[in-house]
Amino acid sequence: MTASTTGLAAIAPTGTAPDATPGDHDERRRRFRFIQNPKAATGTVILGIYVIFAVIGPWIAPYDPSQRGNSLVAAPSSKHWFGTTHLGQDIFSQVLVGTRGVLYVGFLAGAIATVLSVLVGVTAGYLGGLTDEGMSALSNVFLVIPALPLIVIITSALPGANDTLIALLIGLTSWAWGARILRAQTLSLRRRDYVEAARASGEKTWRVILFEIMPNLTAVIASGFVGTVIFAVMSEITLAFIGVSDVSEWNWGTILYWAQSQQALDQHAWWWFVPAGLAVALLGTSLALLNFGIDEFVNPRLRDSGGQKIRTVSGSVRMRVGFTPVVRPADLRPPRGAPVPPQPTDAAVTTVSFGKERAT
Amino acid sequence: MSVGAPVLSIRNLDVDYGFGRDAVRAVRDVSLTLHRGEVLGLAGESGSGKSTLAYGMTRLLAPPGVVRGGEVVYHPPGGGEPFDVLSLSDGQLREFRWAQTSIVFQGAMNSLNPVHRVVTQMVDVLRAHEPRMTARARLDRVRELLSLVGISEDRMDSYPHQLSGGMRQRVMIAMALALQPQVVIMDEPTTALDVVMQRQILRELIDLRERLGFSVMFITHDLSLLVEFSDRIAIMYGGRIVEEAPAGELYKDSLHPYSDGLLHSFPALRGPRRELTGIAGSPPDLGAMPSGCSFHPRCSRAFEPCAQTVPVLGVPVSAAPGGRGGRAVACFLHEIQPVG
Repeated sequence: MTASTTGLAAIAPTGTAPDATPGDHDERRRRFRFIQNPKAATGTVILGIYVIFAVIGPWIAPYDPSQRGNSLVAAPSSKHWFGTTHLGQDIFSQVLVGTRGVLYVGFLAGAIATVLSVLVGVTAGYLGGLTDEGMSALSNVFLVIPALPLIVIITSALPGANDTLIALLIGLTSWAWGARILRAQTLSLRRRDYVEAARASGEKTWRVILFEIMPNLTAVIASGFVGTVIFAVMSEITLAFIGVSDVSEWNWGTILYWAQSQQALDQHAWWWFVPAGLAVALLGTSLALLNFGIDEFVNPRLRDSGGQKIRTVSGSVRMRVGFTPVVRPADLRPPRGAPVPPQPTDAAVTTVSFGKERAT
Repeated sequence: MSVGAPVLSIRNLDVDYGFGRDAVRAVRDVSLTLHRGEVLGLAGESGSGKSTLAYGMTRLLAPPGVVRGGEVVYHPPGGGEPFDVLSLSDGQLREFRWAQTSIVFQGAMNSLNPVHRVVTQMVDVLRAHEPRMTARARLDRVRELLSLVGISEDRMDSYPHQLSGGMRQRVMIAMALALQPQVVIMDEPTTALDVVMQRQILRELIDLRERLGFSVMFITHDLSLLVEFSDRIAIMYGGRIVEEAPAGELYKDSLHPYSDGLLHSFPALRGPRRELTGIAGSPPDLGAMPSGCSFHPRCSRAFEPCAQTVPVLGVPVSAAPGGRGGRAVACFLHEIQPVG
């Protein structure tokens, strides 16, 4: 590679330097870079487990969640891992079976709200003028609608309130917040030089929006999606908990509804509500972690400044803004699996730089 | 003020971006000495490592920058014990910064916080570093500093947007001088200003240097500016220093073909007419450096050893006896004396 063609690379060195020969190793690293982030990895793994349970939960559940048994309000045992309810129903099975409904509502509502917020927010922000006025007014109206009471009223008025309807309602009422954020971000992006340049060079509006603006909104959209999913899960569980949704369809809220109505706390039956509560908390955690991961993945600036660690002989050195680490070759621990370099006998030699070595 | 004693000596500094296989070696084996009361110019093309050198030696480089070796020895005034800046702890480094070395950043005009008054931002420095100073004394000091750089004190309560670019620049310089540092590093501080303002501010800086006795490390790609204002100039190329000489001597008689190329890229105001040539090609990719002398692919005077061996910076034999010293070059065209 000649020096002249790659001059730019020298000016802007990045964390993963532009390498002239992309090896097998680099290829794999690039593909799994998202997972390399510990936050993203943890979130993905937990969410993955939930998704698996949502798919196979009803098949692997040891009992029918509604099936009554003989041991009433029994503590966790090898027979009933999470104990039983006042009707002798197996709580472990209820939690397993309930996962599907929770995730289904959460992701469907999240998807609906995200699509709506992107459509309204980006259009309003980019087009401006009357369109903006109208769409902003619309999202302001939706912003002040109290979502939960509305859902309570609608679901209790409509017969056959199932998961899809609830997801639809949550999605339709919770997009306004995301739309406002996206509109603000789009407003700030549309006057940037590269967008102006794209417009000046004659790109179509849809192309400017899709290829110049949308990639810069990825982090906002993704975090909006994840936030809405969390909100939808919470809403659905709340609805089930207050007994609005169909009680025959199991989800974690239903478990909590029965636990509350049967005074599980007074009966000291902690196993009745703790597993469902933990399941909710853990799902929320995994989504939040995923959110951080997406943020850092999409925004290279966040990724690079995020305390990268260098392993040295005496512990590790953190990369921080304002305190450039000093890592001499002698301090370095060879990366695992790499060929061990010949150990220098004299400590002084190792700190001498490359150029000096050649000179002498 | 004694010109001659070193105040900051850099020895074999290596700075990388990134780590392991991906590392880009941006500064390699740089040794440079800044003397007391001196203006040392650092020049080179974009990507030659001059800013990286300045930030690396002050440990201000943002990740993924890593200092990979060398020493930056600071000699405190009054004959204190010299110490290595690279081995300071975080707390010591905080104390050291600004009080001993300060930096005027690239695009310094935008370094002021737009929502705070100038005085607030200047008092902030004094409050952090000299907590025992009274509020009145701090204000007096701010007034003094502003008058030092030629800003009247009624501008003290202005917001940055109420000042012109040149004034903001002066405020930045005043802030850099707030704690009477021994070394002021200026990273292309005047690039955003027009030429007249550039000269004016630099002239003031040189005056201040003579009055207050600090040393300046001045980084720029404007070699003509350096020739005029600095005492000594170091030319960087591909992360190494290729030539170091007193400003006048470098201008009259540059030894390295790269410095020669730089000097022939701008016209002189006075003196005999000369051909403007410029340098062919573009700066090297730091990730894939050419073998030997990194300049040899672009050098018109390259010969056999250039592609094989890296030339070492040394005192050229030709300049050593007659010259005032301080000359060094890394080029095979010039026989160098062994460093003794």
